Amino acid sequence: MSKGVAIVGRRGFLKSGVTAAGALLVAFHLPVKSASVPAVVIDESAVGDQADEINAWIFISATGVITVRVAKAEMGQGVLTALPMIIADELEADWSMVRAEFASANRNYVQSGVYRDMATNSSTAIRVSMPYLQLAGAEARQKLIKAAAEKWQVSVDACYAEYGKVYHRPDGRWFSYGTLACLAAELSVANVRIKTPDQFSLMGLPTKRLDTPAKVNGSAVFGMDVRLDGMLYAAIIHSPVEGGVVRNVLFNAIRNMPGVVQMVRLESSVAVVAKTFWEAKVASEKLPVTWRIGDQANSYSDALRDQYIATLDSPGVIVSEQGETTAALDSAETVIQSDYFLPYLAHAAMEPLNCTVRITAARLDLWAGVQNADAALAAAAQASGIRPENVYIHNCFLGGGFGRRANMDFVSEAVTVAKAVGKPVQLIWTREQDMRSGRYRPMAAIRFQVGVDLKNTVVAYTNHSVSHSILKDLGAPLRNGIDPTSVEGLANMPYLISHKKIAHTIKNTHLTSWFWRSVGNSQNAFAMECFVDEMAEATKLDPMAFRKLYLAHRPDLLKVLNVLEQKSQWRHNPAAGRAKGMAIHACFGTIVGQVAEVSISSDGGLMVHKFTSVVDCGHVVNPLSAEMQIESGIIYGLTAALFGKISIENGEVVEGNFDTYSMLKLRETPLMETFFMPADSDRWGGLGEPGLPCVAPAVANAIYKLTKRRIRSLPIADYFLQPV
Amino acid sequence: MFRLNINAVDYDLDIDPDTPLLWVLRDHLDMTGTKYGCGINQCGACTVQINGKPVRSCQVAAGKILKQRIVTIEGLSVDSSHVVQAAWVEADVPQCGYCQSGQIMAAAALLDRIPDPSDEDIDRAMNNICRCGTYQRIRKGIHLAAAKLAEKAS
Ligand code: FES
Ligand code: FES
Repeated sequence: MSKGVAIVGRRGFLKSGVTAAGALLVAFHLPVKSASVPAVVIDESAVGDQADEINAWIFISATGVITVRVAKAEMGQGVLTALPMIIADELEADWSMVRAEFASANRNYVQSGVYRDMATNSSTAIRVSMPYLQLAGAEARQKLIKAAAEKWQVSVDACYAEYGKVYHRPDGRWFSYGTLACLAAELSVANVRIKTPDQFSLMGLPTKRLDTPAKVNGSAVFGMDVRLDGMLYAAIIHSPVEGGVVRNVLFNAIRNMPGVVQMVRLESSVAVVAKTFWEAKVASEKLPVTWRIGDQANSYSDALRDQYIATLDSPGVIVSEQGETTAALDSAETVIQSDYFLPYLAHAAMEPLNCTVRITAARLDLWAGVQNADAALAAAAQASGIRPENVYIHNCFLGGGFGRRANMDFVSEAVTVAKAVGKPVQLIWTREQDMRSGRYRPMAAIRFQVGVDLKNTVVAYTNHSVSHSILKDLGAPLRNGIDPTSVEGLANMPYLISHKKIAHTIKNTHLTSWFWRSVGNSQNAFAMECFVDEMAEATKLDPMAFRKLYLAHRPDLLKVLNVLEQKSQWRHNPAAGRAKGMAIHACFGTIVGQVAEVSISSDGGLMVHKFTSVVDCGHVVNPLSAEMQIESGIIYGLTAALFGKISIENGEVVEGNFDTYSMLKLRETPLMETFFMPADSDRWGGLGEPGLPCVAPAVANAIYKLTKRRIRSLPIADYFLQPV
Repeated sequence: MFRLNINAVDYDLDIDPDTPLLWVLRDHLDMTGTKYGCGINQCGACTVQINGKPVRSCQVAAGKILKQRIVTIEGLSVDSSHVVQAAWVEADVPQCGYCQSGQIMAAAALLDRIPDPSDEDIDRAMNNICRCGTYQRIRKGIHLAAAKLAEKAS
């Protein structure tokens, strides 16, 4: 079968896709018309401005190929397609001629924010960049029209742009964009006007993703796929207990192992550098290291959980108070109280953290999948001492982000190691390092207490939450003693109850917390929406009816509830042995209502059969990727609900890989149906995160119907479920 | 020195034969389409085919698979024309894409064995992790690929 013999010695192979100059070119083909146009280009030369670009966002070649710079990270959510769609729509471009390119963080630094904020988080890629991307596209269109008018010596009013051409209205003459680009680049225009949503031609149409072709043949370049001439690989060993520092390390024990080049000792980690990653990893596992670890070594998750729950008895810091809660509770006919608990979670992106760094004299080049190229640039400059204007970040595809890749710990570390080595280095965290040296979704305990009167009305509501604060870990300012991210979904709980008091207590441990898909909403919506079902039961109402009644003042939420009731066939009994549970939650500018349909087998096996989602995010750029994001949020949320738990013993994180930190598989995947509400205002809600928060409560509420047992802590796998 | 046949090309390798195939592909041959996700036979991101069977390359010592027919994502087709790749594009499967080489290699092997798999067949065979949650579309993609195969055969 062999076509030929290639002799390959160690590192003797031509670097695939890497040119002599080290430029990474990933070229592949659009799924549609122009088979010759590469749809995504990662090119390190794209640093300064090109003389004939229309503006910083748009370059049009003489042959009409339109390159759109994308200043956000592509981590699966589809920005590499959606953001060019925004520009192309305003530009009146022929979409088949559009390709995407990651924008340069270096240029963003040197040209004082020409690409605005490159951070990709909080479901903001579209919400926030929409207006300035529209302006960029519209400005380019107006420049092209002006160029045509100048060539014809006619008024711009006699010209219009359509589908990649500028036409002269009276006689139908036209120029293609490619022939106008050079001149247009020299012109300037004033009074740039953007479209209103009714004028969109491309936005709102389900559009194939530009990055799909590269993701079905292995050619998409993720951080870990970068190959540079003379590159070495590093494996890193962090202190097993967060906060520990290296006391002693015996490099001599591994010095002569195959491939080992050197060791780099950092304060709380040690990197082993070798000719291949496998050799680095094998040697690092044999490296004798001792650590200096303080009191953290006495930390256990069970004890921490008890402490969190005990803290619920303290009054906490008042977040908001309305009416006379204490008096109302005293006079209530019945009082119900429930405590909820949520563990730490790891992000566990599919691609373990990694970063590749090359430092030459006064220049630093860095390849990685990062959620914030600006921050990566700053971190690399700081860790290397190289001036920021000489730092170049080559953003690669991210093998998942979920918040983790917005933290620059792995970037600074790789830069420090590469600086010590003096050669290009790719530093990779093993899965175990990725999970055990994580930045975790906060642990939280949440208490609710409500009073119900004789007429079965909820008259008083108190809530106290205790959670690990992300902002405190960051040293960022708190707001009146509160980390707003910790009370998302609690502070603004939408249910109308006359007397209410909401309190919070910050309680941090030795772990470091961090933003995790949907942030505070991920834990708070679980507790809130499960407790709403408890309130419904206490007031003898169906969960849907309760929500409608107590949300009567919120037409935005009611609308979603009504559609959800219909689409999920809420009133129809599900198949025998199954039950439905629901939840509704608003975050990141988007409202999501979900119904889960579940069953439990006699041996306690839980099956989630179906998820019906109703989403009101206002306008949608690409309905295709919008739907994919909701599906993605459901699976991510369901994985956490069923299995997710990071536990601590002797201060160390116990779970290290997918054998102990389980992931949902295809066979456990529910059927997912997603409905988008038609846009009724000029709102562009986020989509990366809002699909997640309702998942756990919807499932837990359905389980209650089958078992009569409330799920008040996650993961559900900790419960033995028995249908009654 | 030993010889591996990968994507119908023979490679003579002068490396430790205990090196897992995954790292031979990635570190020595720069075939980076095959991914590292867990290293312990849990995720399937490293799936390749050996003699047509899906195999997790992080678990196979390179020195143990001499004279076997190894196919990676790079060799599944020269132009992304394999039915599974075409179906993946049509069903818009990938999100971040990191797991997809492994998913595609597993799906292609399934279709070689069962050209028209039932949902249960798919449940059993597709054990790879996708952290982005593309499972529903993977299922759709496999059915679509099966339909394409049937079309070709008729
Ligand atoms: S890397 Fe081989 S199974 Fe995960
Ligand atoms: S597409 Fe991202 S892990 Fe599967």
